[in-house]
Amino acid sequence: MNGTVYELRDVVKLYGQREVLHLDHLEIPRGEITCIVGPNGAGKSSLLRLLNFLESPTSGQIIFDGHPVNGQVPLALKRRVTTVFQRPLLLSGSVYENVAYGLKLRGEKGIEARVRQVLERVGLAEFARASVRTLSGGEAQRVALARAIVIEPEVLLLDEPTANLDPYNGSLIEKIVASLNREQGTTIVMVTHNVFQAKRLAHRVAFLLGGREIEIAPAEQFFTAPTDPRTAAFIRGEMVY
Amino acid sequence: MSELFRGAIQALRLILTLDPQVLSILSLTLRVTGTALLFSTLMGVPLGGLLALKRFIGRRVVIALLYTGMGLPPVVVGLFVYLLLSRSGPLGYLGWLFTPRAMILAQVIISLPLVMGFTMASVMGVEPELRLQLASLGATNWQATWTILKEARNGVIVSIVAGFGSIISEVGAVMLVGGNIEGQTRTLTTAIVLETRKGSFDLAMALGIILLALSFIANAVMLVLQGRRLE
Repeated sequence: MNGTVYELRDVVKLYGQREVLHLDHLEIPRGEITCIVGPNGAGKSSLLRLLNFLESPTSGQIIFDGHPVNGQVPLALKRRVTTVFQRPLLLSGSVYENVAYGLKLRGEKGIEARVRQVLERVGLAEFARASVRTLSGGEAQRVALARAIVIEPEVLLLDEPTANLDPYNGSLIEKIVASLNREQGTTIVMVTHNVFQAKRLAHRVAFLLGGREIEIAPAEQFFTAPTDPRTAAFIRGEMVY
Repeated sequence: MSELFRGAIQALRLILTLDPQVLSILSLTLRVTGTALLFSTLMGVPLGGLLALKRFIGRRVVIALLYTGMGLPPVVVGLFVYLLLSRSGPLGYLGWLFTPRAMILAQVIISLPLVMGFTMASVMGVEPELRLQLASLGATNWQATWTILKEARNGVIVSIVAGFGSIISEVGAVMLVGGNIEGQTRTLTTAIVLETRKGSFDLAMALGIILLALSFIANAVMLVLQGRRLE
């Protein structure tokens, strides 16, 4: 099932008087990994919050799966999308309790088996009963990822999930994300500062700067033939304004 | 010093022989303070959580009032409740003055701001981004609020202990609105005052020891609830 999962039209987000996002038109294709790159303050995290319906745009229209999303977003729709943030934000308790959280909220059945399966996928099967306080940063982030994927979201949003991790844990998370997209067709939108990571993972890359979408293109084209000089400079690792 | 020693021995004797007068005072104290604490907890924990999580116009004023309430002199609360419940007061028709109900009302007024205030502070101490994370995982507002309260549970428990401490040891308000009537409104603290004035130091000390023991037990129970070992 291909097509567009999100379409954003003239979306503006203000915090007070400050404009953090101003997107004329942005489409996120279904079943692909879209990486959002850009410097700090580009509006990447604000965009993810809009895509997860955690905040509403100040003006403009978000269309999700063909349906315009206005005002109060129905819970059933919200539950089709989830986010893994830069920090794991785990609840106190065991790894199992954390991973089971979203399933319990939904009153689902067969929680134990599903949690076990997902923990195996992220390489933490033997940690199920461990307290989250005993985990390393990388393990904690894998728990956060497991907690998100166990609910089988249609769209998984990742807000720099590997920014604080060592290369081993970072690469492990990349592999899980790639396999999730490949095997289950989950649409993934990932914010990253790391252009190499975007290169490894993305089908499509969007470059944001100052809250504006500068360029969006299939990954290969984005990295080999960017149309905007600012995109080219960012890829080269130069400071852009 | 010998008086103190003699008093302590007598106190232990009264406690160990389950003296009926001591038991009656202890039972009323537990009933009044327990009921007041229950009301304060049932109201204070949700209200404190709400105040921490909701943004509304006038929130700062409410918080300022709450902080003022946390330092209310009990005797002033007693005076206020007395005037409220006195025959000519707005709630005089209830006929609560000099009854345990009046004492409970006064104790709720004293402990509620403490439970609310400490709950609010502990909920505000929970990672603000966690609420976004919970919403992102599909939690409704109520589910997220409940989860955050659970995350703040150590602080919530402290708020209840603080509420308990403020009323179990309080004497001014219960003396004013309860009247310290034997067998009806005499609590541990008011009885200690009376017995000390009468020179019955053994009974006063017995009650004092029980009061200290109650505080210790309450704090120990709360520590256990917090999941900490007593070591």
